[in-house]
Amino acid sequence: MSAVAVHSLWTMAADPIDKIDAPKIEYGQLSPTLIVIGAAIIGVLIEAFVPRKSRYYAQVFLSIVSLAAAFAAVIALATRGYGTTKAGIVAMGAIAVDGPALFLQGTILLAGLLGVFTFAERRLDPVAHGNQVDSFAAQAASVPGSDSEKAAVKAGFTTTEVFPLLLFAIGGMLLFPAANDLLTLFIALEVFSLPLYLLCAVARRKRIMSQEAAVKYFLLGAFASAFTLFGIALLYGYAGSVSYATIAQVVDGSIENVTPALAETMGNDALLLIGAAMLVMGLLFKVGAVPFHMWTPDVYQGAPTPVTGFMAAATKVAAFGALLRLLYVVLPGLSWDWRPVMWAVAIVTMLGGAIVAITQTDIKRLLAYSSIAHAGFILAGVIATSADGISSVLFYLGAYSFVTIGAFAVVTLVRDAGGEATHLSKWAGLGRRSPLVAAVFAVFLLAFAGIPLTSGFAGKFAVFKAAAEGGAGAIVVVGVISSAIAAFFYIRVIVLMFFSEPKPEGPTVAVPSPLTMTAIAFGVVVTLVLGVAPQYFLDLAGQAGVFVR
Amino acid sequence: MSFPLLTATAALPALGAIATAAVPAARRTAAKWLALLVSLATLGLAVAVLVRFDPDYVGPKGNFYQLTESHSWIADFGVRYELGVDGIGVALIALTALLIPFVILAGWHDADPLETRSSRWRPTQGFFALILAVEAMVILSFEATDVFLFYIFFEAMLIPMYFLIGGFGDRAHKDGEEVASTQRSYAAVKFLLYNLAGGLIMLAAVIGFYVVAGHFSLQTIAEDGLPDMATSTERWLFLGFFFAFAVKAPLWPLHTWLPNAMGEATAPVAVLITAVVDKVGTFAMLRFCLQLFPEASKWATPVILVLALISIIYGALLAVGQRDIKRLVAYASISHFGFIIMGIFAMTSQGQSGATLYMVNHGISTAALMLVAGFLISRRGSRLIADYGGVQKVAPVLAGTFLIGSLATLSLPGLAPFVSEFLVLVGTFTRYPVIGIIATFGIVLAALYTLVLYQRTMTGPVKPEVSAMPDLRVRELVVVTPLIALLIFLGVFPKPLTDIVNPAVKQTMSDVQKKDPQPEVEAAK
Repeated sequence: MSAVAVHSLWTMAADPIDKIDAPKIEYGQLSPTLIVIGAAIIGVLIEAFVPRKSRYYAQVFLSIVSLAAAFAAVIALATRGYGTTKAGIVAMGAIAVDGPALFLQGTILLAGLLGVFTFAERRLDPVAHGNQVDSFAAQAASVPGSDSEKAAVKAGFTTTEVFPLLLFAIGGMLLFPAANDLLTLFIALEVFSLPLYLLCAVARRKRIMSQEAAVKYFLLGAFASAFTLFGIALLYGYAGSVSYATIAQVVDGSIENVTPALAETMGNDALLLIGAAMLVMGLLFKVGAVPFHMWTPDVYQGAPTPVTGFMAAATKVAAFGALLRLLYVVLPGLSWDWRPVMWAVAIVTMLGGAIVAITQTDIKRLLAYSSIAHAGFILAGVIATSADGISSVLFYLGAYSFVTIGAFAVVTLVRDAGGEATHLSKWAGLGRRSPLVAAVFAVFLLAFAGIPLTSGFAGKFAVFKAAAEGGAGAIVVVGVISSAIAAFFYIRVIVLMFFSEPKPEGPTVAVPSPLTMTAIAFGVVVTLVLGVAPQYFLDLAGQAGVFVR
Repeated sequence: MSFPLLTATAALPALGAIATAAVPAARRTAAKWLALLVSLATLGLAVAVLVRFDPDYVGPKGNFYQLTESHSWIADFGVRYELGVDGIGVALIALTALLIPFVILAGWHDADPLETRSSRWRPTQGFFALILAVEAMVILSFEATDVFLFYIFFEAMLIPMYFLIGGFGDRAHKDGEEVASTQRSYAAVKFLLYNLAGGLIMLAAVIGFYVVAGHFSLQTIAEDGLPDMATSTERWLFLGFFFAFAVKAPLWPLHTWLPNAMGEATAPVAVLITAVVDKVGTFAMLRFCLQLFPEASKWATPVILVLALISIIYGALLAVGQRDIKRLVAYASISHFGFIIMGIFAMTSQGQSGATLYMVNHGISTAALMLVAGFLISRRGSRLIADYGGVQKVAPVLAGTFLIGSLATLSLPGLAPFVSEFLVLVGTFTRYPVIGIIATFGIVLAALYTLVLYQRTMTGPVKPEVSAMPDLRVRELVVVTPLIALLIFLGVFPKPLTDIVNPAVKQTMSDVQKKDPQPEVEAAK
């Protein structure tokens, strides 16, 4: 059993060297992650060796090609049955290649691709000293407002490092929902979190705010990582293994005494409960569930908007994927313990996100709280503990991520002299000035609100149906009530855009390059297609809804 | 496969909406004519539905839905694209298709831009496209025999309605400058939130129904019978459905959005709300509450009847006290919806036939009254009753049509609403005499508010502001005359309508396993 083999690496280091098996790596099945990580490393080399003038083009080209290639690899794996019949655990028990992993990896890669498009946008900000500039600081290291910053802007520097950072983050996210032991889970968590902390800090405008957001995100994220790691240690003490399968077997009592050295702690339920709670806490932090959501509004507001859009979509997908695998593969034997807790978390998350969002006056903060409420809806599917629950969460994540990226991409377009005009009062009358942009944003808002014929409704129906079938009728009732509350603030934005008189010095809508247009158009198309004809994608999510153990 | 007539009836206005929205900004008039032609063609298709419809048809295995279409749509949710009509649905489709051309014609100039703004802002195209979109969704919700399909259009129609209410108001106080009315956007938001909240509660019940039944198809239920439900489950689900329909209908105490919405919207949009969209609520009570949850419906009947009674009296009393013409009509409508709901839940065949006829007749009579009121308001630029006086001396035709509309609203014998109101009252009285008697006071109050309205606006000395008021124009006459003709025709000869409706009502009655109470004295032949 490969799980035991990996374990032997840890405990029998004193034995003669020739007893260690050479690790067997299934490169083909790991190719999506390997392509992205490899491209990220090449991206770092480009930063070092390619002349400044051509770095941007080289990085954009590399990112798009590698993400497209990785997506193609995911599709190829899925069509060859690695999501269903040939699903298995690879890399000596460290990584699972199965339906949920491939589905989520595909979603993350598409979201990442759209993310690259919005990262690469250079037509929105006014030309500075003859150079087209993107949303990122000219030189992240220069102090805001200092001479060195001015010099960097004048010299036309750009932070092209964002592209390799994005690729590293995507690489970590691809690994996160596929991780099949706790150490891989933790490494994946760090690999995608650290680049995101950095990305949050490099906004071109409002740099202090951006750096503040990054520091907050980093401190709270580090705290959550520490919790995760502590939880992992406790679980190891309980089960004597970090492998998902082994822990699950120890939890349900089918094997005992994996590690004689841990005889004193193994089987101690306190370790299991506290460890599992800490681990789940770390993941709930990443998905932004109440009460671990405090970072969300500040970070969403302060980060450069393309980063926010990507992060809001892809982090959620990756973290929910990992949470699903943890709860369904490692801790199903504990479901009587975690279900009530998750019930409570889902309820406060739905209500908390929806209620606090009402008072927001900044569009990015509003979307942040809306994302919290959506995390609650997704949790409703998670606690269904059924195959339908898994597939409904997968579908919801797919639907939600493209709406989110599209919505944040629209936010980047509405600008005034100070950059993006994110204060809601500035959006007044946008529908009169730019009906098309306002209509597109209204479509996204309606999808967030879960109005029928949009993807948001299909997703919401799927998770609520799964929850109701799983006996969580109360969750469904709370869910529809918080949907009604949430509808209020989405509608408020629509009112503002269409029924308010435009202000004379209101923002203008910048005309984007085809890159951002593609991202927005893709978001609209996915929103409407998943709303009107979701069957194919529900099938896809349904087929992908089985975890390999 | 036969021609999908029901799909076509809904698809035509939907496509027409897209086409109208796509008309270039400068070709406003073309957009109007396009919308009108589409609505007339839809009326043609609705007539075809009416002709193909056979009132006494009973299909295989007791499936009484006709002109059925059935396709798989979202198999994972058990959702089918399933259409079919019974007599009640046909009558309401006909009403909808009939009223929309008048709504479009009456609102001909309501959405003209006041000045040529930026070339991309196209309110006229938007206005007519939204009206057609509402028509498509309303017709689909009358046709859907799949609970989920119905729910989708029940909810989705809120969005175009919301833009119609919030985006287009009276031209009254604008002085050349388009002032954004905070009142109006308040009304639109209130409309949306009330209905969305109702709809979302219903969503929980729809999901619950699926968990219990495993499918959404009314046709399957017509063939195989209802799924087994625990009594408490059935009651909860019933409440979830009924709540949404009671908001839409609207039933006291969930009615407060209606006066705002009707007061702020333009008269044609107000007609669209009360005569067309709200009918989906009462229709759905008949179709879904009674057919899916017969036991729970009987369980809830006493409470609902009392609420309906309160609606009748309360709506009428508040109508008496209104100073705003459009709000008065709104409260009168609340009173009338009370009658409709009372008729539905009286559980007698007269009551339910009466309620169905009431839906149609109320649609026509409110349209007549409200559209004439809209013409009046557009002339003077004020909605306040006190700003008028002596109009009948200046504009006799306008006053005359207004009078007929008013008389229809108070259910004068000889006009269509009388037949339905009488049936509802008789139907209620045979089972619940006390409630029937109290409800009759609603008619007395109706006489009060309509006649006082007429008296204050039309009679008396001519106010100086109205002295130059022009009489009805040709376009306006084209709108009003057919409606009035129809009111008189259906008042004298309601048989065509009752023939369509009665078998369907009988079916509903047998679904709830209720028999009419036997009269104690045989009526003299």
